[in-house]
Amino acid sequence: MIYEPSWIAVFVFFAFVGATVGLSFFLGRKAKSSAGYFAAHGQIPWLVNGVAFAGDYLSAASFLGICGMIASYGYDGFLYSIGFLAGWIVALFVIAEPMKRLGKFTFADALDAKFESRGIKAAAGLSTLVVSVFYLIPQMVGAGSLIQPLLGFPHWVGVVLVGIVVITIVVTAGMVSTTWVQFLKGSLLVVFSAVLVVLLLGRGFVAEPERFDSIGPLSQAELQQATIDGRSVLPPKDGWNEHDDLVRLQSDGDDGFDVYAIETTEQGTLLRRAQSVTRSDEGTLIDGAPLGTVTGEKQLMPVGTISKLPGDATETGPLGPISFLTTLRDSEVILWRSRTVTHGDGSTSSVYTQKPTKGSEVLRPGEHPKFAGIRKPELVGKLNFLSLMLALFCGTASLPHILIRYYTVKDGAAARKSTIVGIASIGFFYVLTLYLGLGAMTSGAMDLTDNNMAAPLLARSISTWLFAIISAIAFTTVLGTVSGLILASSGAVAHDLLVGVFRLQLSEAKQVRVAKVSAVIVGALAILLGIWFKELNVGYLVGWAFSVAASANLPALVMLLFWSRTTRQGIIASVLVGMLSSLGWILLSADTFKSVYGLDPETAWAPFSQPGIVTIPLAFLTLILVSLMTPKPTDLPADVA
Amino acid sequence: MSAPLSDPSASNRRLGLRLFVLYLFFYLGFVLLSAFGANWMERPVLAGLNLAIVYGAGLIVAALVLSLLYGAMCKSEVPPKSDASSSEVPR
Repeated sequence: MIYEPSWIAVFVFFAFVGATVGLSFFLGRKAKSSAGYFAAHGQIPWLVNGVAFAGDYLSAASFLGICGMIASYGYDGFLYSIGFLAGWIVALFVIAEPMKRLGKFTFADALDAKFESRGIKAAAGLSTLVVSVFYLIPQMVGAGSLIQPLLGFPHWVGVVLVGIVVITIVVTAGMVSTTWVQFLKGSLLVVFSAVLVVLLLGRGFVAEPERFDSIGPLSQAELQQATIDGRSVLPPKDGWNEHDDLVRLQSDGDDGFDVYAIETTEQGTLLRRAQSVTRSDEGTLIDGAPLGTVTGEKQLMPVGTISKLPGDATETGPLGPISFLTTLRDSEVILWRSRTVTHGDGSTSSVYTQKPTKGSEVLRPGEHPKFAGIRKPELVGKLNFLSLMLALFCGTASLPHILIRYYTVKDGAAARKSTIVGIASIGFFYVLTLYLGLGAMTSGAMDLTDNNMAAPLLARSISTWLFAIISAIAFTTVLGTVSGLILASSGAVAHDLLVGVFRLQLSEAKQVRVAKVSAVIVGALAILLGIWFKELNVGYLVGWAFSVAASANLPALVMLLFWSRTTRQGIIASVLVGMLSSLGWILLSADTFKSVYGLDPETAWAPFSQPGIVTIPLAFLTLILVSLMTPKPTDLPADVA
Repeated sequence: MSAPLSDPSASNRRLGLRLFVLYLFFYLGFVLLSAFGANWMERPVLAGLNLAIVYGAGLIVAALVLSLLYGAMCKSEVPPKSDASSSEVPR
């Protein structure tokens, strides 16, 4: 699709980003000490901190990824919403108050509170870095794809822009301004998503059975003719001959063609309109014609339609939150599925074909290819699903940029209250994602090539202003999450590794300066990775970050709190084993083989893609075994002496 | 070590663990049902909505209800001196 940048969008966008950065400058003037830089002096009010949790947590993946997944496959994206929220229960009931009681600035502080061990600081600091960088990649990739339609810049410009703005925020300000940015962004995101849902329900559904043309029904004899529907049939060659259910007809107004998928129905054979994108070194072709807007050029048509409403109505009028879902259940929607045609010169075409789907099928789990395993008899698919849901459940309470937010409030009670506020705003938002996603699915405004844009495009189908606001919020969402992550990693480098491990005697001002330098380095690294991993799916990358976080951090944290026999060596071993095993599993999984190395996924070593169900118990087991083999922690001082 | 385990924080921890286990079973039920009984998930159960939506939204609502319950039932700690200790200069 071609996006034409609108002046309103550009204006609103820069106003938002300018206000955000300005605010952070204004608030950051005061943060000079390390207590101020890393933990905002513990003086953030709990209500603000709670909304800031939502700001930190509702990342590009939550907003763009989940909505996009629901828009193209239905209910399955909502499984992420459920898992992401359930993780907060672990955070509130198990982790929040002890974290606050034990630590000072970072996750490593809490883990090390009992032992004063350099090994623990090193392991925990390292895992904080690894998880943060993993989590940074999807945010940067998301930022790039947002900038593209909004301002018309190429992907890498978006990534660099985010990187520079975020580094500026973090370096000038630290935790105080990061928190206020998160607060601002968190509340705007929830409020405007709610507005969007209200407008969406007010608009209701419209049936558009004729949006894409069909030819037929035809008899077998008519299908074999050299012309169909008065147009000549292009000979199936150069890869197209591999797909005998596709037929290409000469296009009227340009050099290209129109693709149709052959579908057998009771009345005869029907040709249903499909769309194709060919990418080669010479450029992009849409249905055989150059991409563009003037005569002779083509662009992909936006999709996302309802083909049939209950009772064959043409439109429903305003709907309530429940009748929205029940009406959709009794309707038929047009989803699109893609396949690849490989040509002789090595270039490929993605062909998108229509798949009329019953509304009841988009409201049940198991339609997305990643979740389809739960509808098959093989155990592997089910294990993969259980593993993902386990990682989401355990991952939240182990994310470094969430954990550091427990040090910005004054005591355990405030930590508890702000978590509750966080759960309320995040939970409310996740209920909205279901409506946003399903609304985008039926908005007629979806981009076939980028489902991450589902929520902003839904907004555009309602009003340009809303599109500008939602895009700007989505962008500040990325800014906020990225600055939180960079802050967490700079804390890991300056506070945990340099001071804690290498015992460098740094004055407070120097510690802050080192943290700022590390923030610049991590930020630059994030920019590079964001450009490099451009092609990868955002939600997919976030799933990894959760798995690594849950495997490396959670077992050590939980056992430290609940098992007095836990030893220093046990913690170090558990963090390292959890981190390395989950990383290794991911790097050897079928998904990585396919989308990163470009190898045959069948040859992957890991039996399924999500490591959590194996590596989380493994880290627990490691901790228990190593702890039992090493002297009791209470005996330690005596033994050493 | 900073503040020692005071009584209210121990009782809060017990309460937190109980609520956690309760929610864990609720979540586990959803995940296992999706994995091994996916067909059950499309049956309408409430107001024409299927089980997947009712149970899924139920998990989100339950998280909120349990967390509010926890907030209301938690004993407040005696305002500790940790305030002073947490803002002291590192090392």
